[in-house]
Amino acid sequence: MDQFKVIEIKQSVFADNDREADRVRARLKEEGTFLLNLMSSPGAGKTTTLLRTIEALRDQMRIGVMEADIDSDVDARAVAGAGVRSIQLHTGGMCHLDAGMTEQGLNELGTADLDLVVLENVGNLVCPAEFDTGAVKNAMILSVPEGHDKPLKYPLIFTVCDVLLINKIDVLPYFDFDLDKVREYARRRNPRLEIFPICAKTGQGIEAWTRWLKDQAEAWH
Amino acid sequence: MHELGIVFHMIDLLERVADENQVQKIASVTLELGEVSGVVPRELTSCWDWAVKKTARMSGARLVLETIPAVTQCGDCRETYPTVPQGRICPYCGSENTWLARGNEIELKEIEAC
Repeated sequence: MDQFKVIEIKQSVFADNDREADRVRARLKEEGTFLLNLMSSPGAGKTTTLLRTIEALRDQMRIGVMEADIDSDVDARAVAGAGVRSIQLHTGGMCHLDAGMTEQGLNELGTADLDLVVLENVGNLVCPAEFDTGAVKNAMILSVPEGHDKPLKYPLIFTVCDVLLINKIDVLPYFDFDLDKVREYARRRNPRLEIFPICAKTGQGIEAWTRWLKDQAEAWH
Repeated sequence: MHELGIVFHMIDLLERVADENQVQKIASVTLELGEVSGVVPRELTSCWDWAVKKTARMSGARLVLETIPAVTQCGDCRETYPTVPQGRICPYCGSENTWLARGNEIELKEIEAC
């Protein structure tokens, strides 16, 4: 007869992932490469914002991009057209990236000669927030049509982010979106959150955002 | 859908624990789940039952979920109160300066193994 015994574990399910994420950050620190994890819901404008960001910083920094999608390489093609090194990561049906997948992506991309790597996470406000990817900073895009109540509905992502980009401010007159309210709701969750209203399509607000990003990347060196 | 990712991380962690303890077979796994962890128990169990079939030592292992009630701490009057019915405004003093004291855990507690 098999004798079953109880073995106590008492460990967070994320413990191994968190350790791996710390390893990724230590490696990036050594290389002087800044990794930004960019998150949002589908259609908030991640790729357009990324293209604007690349355009603003391309001459000042060496940039690489990792596009994570469940499938397809639509975004990777768009980014490759912007003239920076990019790879496509397929999560194989998973709704997020973890530190292990990020590390594989960094190895494939090759990061030693890069100043900035942007990881475009899977479009989703829930799952990516749960897993530390090893990024130095986390950014989130919330677009005007999504509504200003999102910090109340998806609190975790606002807690784990360092910076919030409020995109599509050109359509503010057509939506019941209250910029002051979103600031208030988001800062309730995270008092240290940096907030930049932008319009990726017209370029409005991009300068302040990219200045912040460049300062962060330089501080990481 | 992040339940599947969580299950894969659980399996990785359990494989390591099984190696360390020279375990051949795991009969049950107890997971402590915070009330506001964002994990849907039924989804998690369904992902678990599917994923463990592919493992040698965990195939057929039962997933036991223990719920940890969510408790919020008030930073002004120092009272604590149950999070789910009250939300983030302290029912004692009306303060919004509150934070979650517990209830977002996703923690492996123990396994039954031989």
